[in-house]
Amino acid sequence: MTLWEYANPVKFLRLSERVLPVLWPLAAGFLALGLIWGFFFTPDDYRQGATVKIIYLHVPAALLAINAWFMMLLGALIWLIRRHHVSALAAKAAAPVGAVMTVIALVTGALWGQPMWGTWWAWDPRLTSFLILFLFYLGYIALWQAIEDPDTAADLTSVLCLVGSVFAVLSRYAVNFWNQGLHQGASLSLDKEENVADVFYIPLLVAITGFVLLFVALVLYRTGTEIRLRRARALQLRRNRQ
Amino acid sequence: MIALLSRDMKLALRAGGGFGLGMVFFLILTVLVPFGIGPRPDLLAATAPGVLWLGALLACLLSLDRLLALDYEDGTLDVLATAPLPLEGALFIKGLAHWLTTGLPLVVLSPVLGVLLQLPPQGYSWVFVSLLIGTPALSMIGAFGAALTVGIKRGGLLLSLLVLPLYIPTLIFGADVARRGLAGQEVLSPVLMLAGITLGVIAVMPYAAATVLRMNLR
Repeated sequence: MTLWEYANPVKFLRLSERVLPVLWPLAAGFLALGLIWGFFFTPDDYRQGATVKIIYLHVPAALLAINAWFMMLLGALIWLIRRHHVSALAAKAAAPVGAVMTVIALVTGALWGQPMWGTWWAWDPRLTSFLILFLFYLGYIALWQAIEDPDTAADLTSVLCLVGSVFAVLSRYAVNFWNQGLHQGASLSLDKEENVADVFYIPLLVAITGFVLLFVALVLYRTGTEIRLRRARALQLRRNRQ
Repeated sequence: MIALLSRDMKLALRAGGGFGLGMVFFLILTVLVPFGIGPRPDLLAATAPGVLWLGALLACLLSLDRLLALDYEDGTLDVLATAPLPLEGALFIKGLAHWLTTGLPLVVLSPVLGVLLQLPPQGYSWVFVSLLIGTPALSMIGAFGAALTVGIKRGGLLLSLLVLPLYIPTLIFGADVARRGLAGQEVLSPVLMLAGITLGVIAVMPYAAATVLRMNLR
């Protein structure tokens, strides 16, 4: 039994149908726990006041915005190398979720930035690269929608995803070069001495878990939808031929 | 390869009047900018490098539809795909022809338009040099975008949506060279980065473009 077994759409659907009923409540539970704990039962920061609490939405969304793209990159590679349809469809299914996560990160960041930095938007490297990432998501989604033949669409979007990844990384560093930052550094690394204080850290981890579970559930669900759409299309084509 | 290059250049120069359009667009954009941001000379001078770069980039983008679409319609691409010349080579030549007929004239035109934008004298050479180094990258990335969208009817808008984010690194370093040159600051590091991007793009993009073009021709 290997992971590749689930490249078979039937097996994939059977698994996701078994996993999803557990995953949805689990994601909802973690999200509710993390957000309620974070919003109502943590102290205010002594300088930022209550605005610090947006971290429970902002950080998990930003984390997923990037990792959704990585997941799509992986899916694109698997499709180009091993031609598993499920992988291409999973990448397709993840794109809008990732785009929405990017928007959430940008909007919550703006809401926090207005009282803290005194501005909704600054051309800071991190903010700018997120905006660029959003543009890449839009291009990817638009290309999927523009091409009719599903296999060609999967091929072309996969190559776009690879090329886009290279340019996204390039843009990230180019933007660093271009302007100085306002955004604070990473506050959640595993190897650093100084992290966010535990009172904030633990509910934040719970919220991140909730977001990740929600992402996995959404992608599984949407991939299932794509597989069924593909089936319906095949059936229709067969009927038209008769 | 040389035959293909001369064919593409002849087509671009003679047929349909596509050749001058990019330059005229560049000119019009530069004329419109002072209306948009006001006639103050200091403001114009400060924005001139960025405006010239943006203008060149948009003019380049405007002509990308023509890079492959006409050859796709009349079947030339199918011939090229089965020709002994590798498709990668053919796309490199097409990118080169696009640069020679679109990018290079824009580079030559840019100092003239700099006059319109009150660009101070010390800025001319750097705007010229940065565009000279940077525009080949725009053409090659554009060739990839054109190959990606060649099968799509009325794909022009989609092409812009896909290609513009890919232009960001080139634009950042290119405009930075021009801006630093204007201010008399050190320019070596952005020049090197810009040259690196251009060379890297020339080396890799023909392969990516040929890959997607084969997928489209299948």
